[in-house]
Amino acid sequence: MSTAHPILEAREIALGYGNAGPLITDFGLALNAGEIVTILGPSGIGKSSLIRVLAGLQQPNTGHVAVDGQVIRNVHPRVAIAFQNPGLLPWLNLERNVAFGLSFARQLRLSSAERRARTDAAIRKVGLDHARHRLPAELSGGMAQRAALARCLARQPKALLLDEPFGALDEITRADMQSLLLSVVREFRTATVLVTHDIDEALLLSDRIVLIGGAPARELAQWRIDHPQPRHDRLAELGRIRIEIVQALHAAIVRHH
Amino acid sequence: MSEVIDGIAAQNDVSQRQPAERKLRRRSGAPLRFVHGLAGLGLIVLAWWIATDLLAAPDSLEARFAPQATFSSLFQLLSSSDLALHVAVSLKRILVGLVLALAIGVPVGLVVGLNKTVEAATSPAFQLLRMISPLSWMPIAVMVLGVGDYPIYFLLTFAAVWPILLNTAAGVRHLDPAWLTLSRSLCATPWENLIHVVIPGVVGHVLTGVRLAIGILWIVLVPCEMLGVSAGLGYMILDTRDRLAYSELMAMVIVIGLLGFLLDAAARALHSRWLPASSE
Repeated sequence: MSTAHPILEAREIALGYGNAGPLITDFGLALNAGEIVTILGPSGIGKSSLIRVLAGLQQPNTGHVAVDGQVIRNVHPRVAIAFQNPGLLPWLNLERNVAFGLSFARQLRLSSAERRARTDAAIRKVGLDHARHRLPAELSGGMAQRAALARCLARQPKALLLDEPFGALDEITRADMQSLLLSVVREFRTATVLVTHDIDEALLLSDRIVLIGGAPARELAQWRIDHPQPRHDRLAELGRIRIEIVQALHAAIVRHH
Repeated sequence: MSEVIDGIAAQNDVSQRQPAERKLRRRSGAPLRFVHGLAGLGLIVLAWWIATDLLAAPDSLEARFAPQATFSSLFQLLSSSDLALHVAVSLKRILVGLVLALAIGVPVGLVVGLNKTVEAATSPAFQLLRMISPLSWMPIAVMVLGVGDYPIYFLLTFAAVWPILLNTAAGVRHLDPAWLTLSRSLCATPWENLIHVVIPGVVGHVLTGVRLAIGILWIVLVPCEMLGVSAGLGYMILDTRDRLAYSELMAMVIVIGLLGFLLDAAARALHSRWLPASSE
């Protein structure tokens, strides 16, 4: 399945705040359907700002972001973003949180039956059918993060942007969420950008890993990983790439300081 | 200003975050707390009795305020329909004042909380107005609005609007930024953002404001009713004084205290019942 345009494309992005000089410069990225790209880099380098630009939450100083070949100037109904903080609304139960926003005026017009069907499918996909009437306070961290993912899925996004989504989870829950994410991306062929500082997570999930660093930050290196998934028991085979990444990250941190 | 608000808001946050813990602690200590509370009340009655019965001469003015006479008057009052009428009138005034204060305080509080310029422009004015005792407006209110219920509604609303307004504004400022980012990323219009995120997000703070407002309303009510009206608890106080019915006067004081205690308990129950469901 090849489209004329990448699903999500960023070109010549430059970003900075006030007079402090640019934070990020000359950043470009293109994602096809079903592709997972990880953006890796030292902390404080502007990864979160970058993903907000990709989501249309923030405008770059120069350059543009396009969804399906169309330049976006604002948030796009079919680009979903999730953060480390699941951001569930505490006064809505899980089901209503997942459905949240589906009926907003600027979203695609859906009948209430369609909204219901999408919500149900998303909740089932993340395995929270049993908890659909619970309030966020009654969910564990992992369940809340699943609910946040379901809320993204209910919109049937073309692109999914994840900013350190599993950063606050324990090891086992995190592994669980990683395989859920892989299965979601495979099933819905969502173009997915993942921001993380965890090299192993990047190795496990990504088709490509983009390292950014320097001041202002730019793309320093890129790795393509063709190993079949799941890769949990193949991490040893990825050892060489891992060492390369660690060394490049080290060099980037040195250059950053 | 923001210190006051942050203080209130911080209290509010804690009560929102650890309701289970709080409930547990309250439950395990409940019977003992109840006994301690009763003992404290008993001590007050004892002190009252000592002052008006043991220490006062039998036919002195003080002796007329003694607990025995007061309680027998209280029972007479409670069994008469007269008292119920006055209580109903007073509660109606409280309700009108509270509803008006909500109708003004919540929208204005939302605007103040959402707009930094409006906040900067209104903050000193609100602080100044807030610190004027509502009772000092009383002559002006009567001159402008005439004698009757209207000046009382005005004074009560004026007293109750500040905690509601300022808590609403604080609630807006304490909204979780993640919720606002979420609603933006879902392409919410400003109106949708207000209806689906901001307003439900400040309910907890508004209820804190309501609770504070009820306390203030009850305190301001009685002196307000001492002026140009012919019913209500404040009127009863002056009426009993004029009839030299001192034991009845003391009984009214107790009725006012009891009703205020019940109102505050009701407001607290509302507050803690709402929060676990809405803002936990």
